[in-house]
Amino acid sequence: MGKKKKSALQVILEDAGIEFDGEVETDTESEEDEVKDKKTNKQPPRETGKTSRLQSKRQEKDKEDKEDKEDKEEDESKEEDNGSQQNRACRRKNYQRRNRDGKKAREEESQKKDRGKTAPTKDQKDSENKEKKTTKRGKEGKKDRKNSTSSASSNSSDEESLSEEELAMLKEQVEQKKKLISTMRNKPWRMVKKLSVLREAQDFVEKFEGALGKGKGKKLYAYKMMMAKKWVKFKRDFENFKTQCIPWEMKIKEVESHFGSSVASYFIFLRWMYGVNLVLFALIFGLVIIPEVLMGMPYGSLPRKTVPRAEQETAMDFSVLWDFEGYIKYSALFYGYYNNQRTIGWLKYRLPMAYFTVGISVFGYSLMVVIRSMARNANESTADGDDNNFIFSWKMFTSWDYLIGNPETADNKFASITTSFKESIVDEQESNKDENIHLRRFLRVLANVLIICCLCGSGYLIYFVVKRSQTFSKMQNVGWYERNEVEIVMSLLGMFCPPLFETIAALENYHPRIGLKWQLGRIFALFLGNLYTFLLALMDDVNEKLAEEDVVKNITHWTLLGHHNSSAGNASAVTPPPLDPADVPRGPCWETTVGIEFVRLTVSDILVTYITILVGDFIRACFVRFVNYCWCWDLEAGFPSYAEFDISGNVLGLVFNQGMIWMGSFYAPGLVGINVLRLLTSMYFQCWAVMSSNVPHARVFKASKSNNFYMGLLLLILFLSLLPVAYTIMSLPPSFDCGPFSGKKRMYDVIQETIELDFPLFVAKIFSYVANPGLIIPAILLMVLTIYYLNAVSKAYQRANAELKKKMQMQREEEKNKRNNKASTNPMLQDLEDLLTPSTKTESPPKQAEDKKTESLNGSSPVRKPGRGEVLAGSPMASGRGAAFTPPSQAFVTQPRTLGVRAPYPGQPRPWGHPLGPVPGRGRGQPCYPPWAAR
Amino acid sequence: MGNKQTIFTDEQLDAYQDCTFFTRKEILRLHGRYYEMAPNVVPMDYTKDPDVKLPMQLIINMPELKENPFKERIVESFSEDGEGSLSFNDFVDMFSVLSEMAPRELKAIYAFKIYDFNTDNFICKADLEKTLNKLTREELTAEEITLVCEKVIEEADMDGDGKLGFADFENMISKAPDFLSTFHIRI
Repeated sequence: MGKKKKSALQVILEDAGIEFDGEVETDTESEEDEVKDKKTNKQPPRETGKTSRLQSKRQEKDKEDKEDKEDKEEDESKEEDNGSQQNRACRRKNYQRRNRDGKKAREEESQKKDRGKTAPTKDQKDSENKEKKTTKRGKEGKKDRKNSTSSASSNSSDEESLSEEELAMLKEQVEQKKKLISTMRNKPWRMVKKLSVLREAQDFVEKFEGALGKGKGKKLYAYKMMMAKKWVKFKRDFENFKTQCIPWEMKIKEVESHFGSSVASYFIFLRWMYGVNLVLFALIFGLVIIPEVLMGMPYGSLPRKTVPRAEQETAMDFSVLWDFEGYIKYSALFYGYYNNQRTIGWLKYRLPMAYFTVGISVFGYSLMVVIRSMARNANESTADGDDNNFIFSWKMFTSWDYLIGNPETADNKFASITTSFKESIVDEQESNKDENIHLRRFLRVLANVLIICCLCGSGYLIYFVVKRSQTFSKMQNVGWYERNEVEIVMSLLGMFCPPLFETIAALENYHPRIGLKWQLGRIFALFLGNLYTFLLALMDDVNEKLAEEDVVKNITHWTLLGHHNSSAGNASAVTPPPLDPADVPRGPCWETTVGIEFVRLTVSDILVTYITILVGDFIRACFVRFVNYCWCWDLEAGFPSYAEFDISGNVLGLVFNQGMIWMGSFYAPGLVGINVLRLLTSMYFQCWAVMSSNVPHARVFKASKSNNFYMGLLLLILFLSLLPVAYTIMSLPPSFDCGPFSGKKRMYDVIQETIELDFPLFVAKIFSYVANPGLIIPAILLMVLTIYYLNAVSKAYQRANAELKKKMQMQREEEKNKRNNKASTNPMLQDLEDLLTPSTKTESPPKQAEDKKTESLNGSSPVRKPGRGEVLAGSPMASGRGAAFTPPSQAFVTQPRTLGVRAPYPGQPRPWGHPLGPVPGRGRGQPCYPPWAAR
Repeated sequence: MGNKQTIFTDEQLDAYQDCTFFTRKEILRLHGRYYEMAPNVVPMDYTKDPDVKLPMQLIINMPELKENPFKERIVESFSEDGEGSLSFNDFVDMFSVLSEMAPRELKAIYAFKIYDFNTDNFICKADLEKTLNKLTREELTAEEITLVCEKVIEEADMDGDGKLGFADFENMISKAPDFLSTFHIRI
């Protein structure tokens, strides 16, 4: 942009026949220029808003400019030596400016006269354009100066004779612009400035990108550029689409603003979990259940797909279905329904194989996702402040949670901040209080003993109940309670133990964030104990069933044989009527039993959770709210009060539920579907419950990094739930008459079978080699060694880090001592200064703001000048900015062309042809070179 | 979403997306929020870049800012005239800086500006006292306030001039574990 303006000016001046004799400038004049520049900066509060409307006009103008410029360029392009040409152009221009400024200072003439004088030979229209441009240019004086040389060079770059280095320069510039565009959002500039700089940069890139590939492969280059642009656009659209697909954003935001980030972290976790489960659901449904339903043998064709005769009477009763017996038990939701046919349907879909691999990949995918998100979280929180240097500063500047938007939460937050300040003041005043510590230690030990007792008690209770249920299951006519005793007891424990723990934890008096972790750990232990007791009991059950199976197997065999014999004996001509599948005696099918157990547990867990929320939160809230009018004490403030949202309990409930899903999904493929429903409903239900009937925590605290804690728990659970499944797959024989693996010794035999039958021989050979313990053990060893090595490396890095930290600390101390008057040379700080200057009547186009700033810096102290020059030349930021003002012909878009006419400052003598400020060539550094030349 | 073309042109939306951390939808939502604060002043059609500013009184009553003790400072820092009126550009700018995606350095700059009450480019004792009073609703005694302010200066002031320059502030805030999670507003 500078190019156009300058060249236009030069044309004017040349036309006017003004002689350029330099060296007559004085510093005072340049100072004057600066002042004037500033004044004009303040002028145009309106114009920027109209830029877009004026854009078309401007483009016309640009065309005219180009013509002018070309005259001028012809002169310049005759120069052989590039560098000298640039220098000269630069100097000449400066002289021109000086000259004119000086003149202006001397004469007090009207704008029109001036114009008439400077551009006598041009026709009227042209000169009018120029006038506008020159006023504009006054405002941009500084920038012009900075980039004058670069503009000269790109003047010539417009022409056909592009030298190699110019091309390289241009390329670099374009790259810089591109970088600027991509990092625009990180710049601490005003939006108006950002927008216009962005527009300039885009125009520049658009203009010169095409020129770059001139000659060789221009088309290819243009095509590549176009594709790149399209790709960027597509990526952005895709991002937009992706964020639109994230559900419940507003809901969570609302909760967050009411209850702070810790409660919201639960809901975000819930949403994440929902996403994971959706993927698992798609996997299982798409690859197992739907193929089976579509292509497998229909219901009733096989014994395993038919309800036994004895149960058919009641198979449709709701009470039976509710227990997942009857028709549900013999449906594709459970393991037993699947046939062991190698391939099904016309697709020859290998269902047993698919079943096995899906079962494995459920775990694989979950592991991957959990670990990946943990790693991401860990990356985000690398800069954790472990040094305690800034206790008060951090409290002062980071304790307010800007998310809070609810008066009550805000009140709590204010109170908690005040307390925390008071606490740290007290800590500061007397750092150790001995008499309290003993009591506190005693209380903490006591609390832990109590909690361990609770845990043992609950473990024993579950074991007892499970044992009892095994005796019940052998009896006939057991009631509803006896059948569901295990689930009820487990749910009750899960309901009452956490509050009990919380009460006990009150003894310990931890900070709530630490307290939350303890609480989580304890409930985790409780649930884990319960779960494993349950599993052990289940294993007992399975072993019993396995023993029973052997007996049934014989019976079935003989029954079938007998049936065949009898029918064969009747008439050899008639094919025997097959035995009705409902009548075939069958084994207990322990896999389905296990699956049913898990489904029941999940469903009862869902119900208990919802009922707890309804009764414990909603009814309680209603009671407190309405009975309060006629009660003898204040219910809201006193005993029952409203419930707080129980983060730890809810998170753990979710984690354990997921553990059960992982364990059960192998034996009950439909379980994931149930879980997806559960998560979906609980999202809405809990959001409603928390907003309607809970109060914010008394001590609101932030959930910083708790996400990774949840993830850690999840990973642990995932691992623990992997164990039993892997055990059953690897070491228990599958049932003989149900499930996709029936008839095989072990479930994993399906892999071997596939490899032997479906792959060429050498694959089987390779596989057998790979499966050889001789290879596996070294592989494991290698992995262990790698882990050891990586661990050592990371330790070394940590040490180096600590060392560096120490060094920095020392340096800081040193600096603290000696530094007192060092000026801020950081470009970031310059931007900051820009922002911090209490902006004068602004809406000035951003470039002007920039001018103003740099000018004020330059003018402020002579000492600082050289340093400033260096920064400009050296720092990437400065050069990037410099590049932003280099010379695309239509880049001067932000300024409406009517500006000069409006000339809004009556007090100013000469708005026209505004002074151009100090010459960059003299008195400061060597900025006459293009910005890249300094590097 | 059907009316998005009438609010902004595609180029405007793209430019906003380049300059902020928002997606197209969020920018439109921001416009909706801006519009609903003063429906008769703010036009629905922003393709012409209308010159509209809303006064601070309207902005600080947004639920997102209402409870914030520093709401006036926030709005002032982002307003171009320094007096608290925000044009739509400033408004978008404000929430972009306060969004989750904004980098720590950018946030630090604006945080510094917000806590610099008297806009002298330093956080001096008076600024600290004001901050503290706003944070605690003036529930600390005078001695406590002095003590805390002294401690803060002692901790964070590197160059020993008795006030916090931006370098000091940035150095301190860059190590704060909670800064990113607290200095953010969802919209």
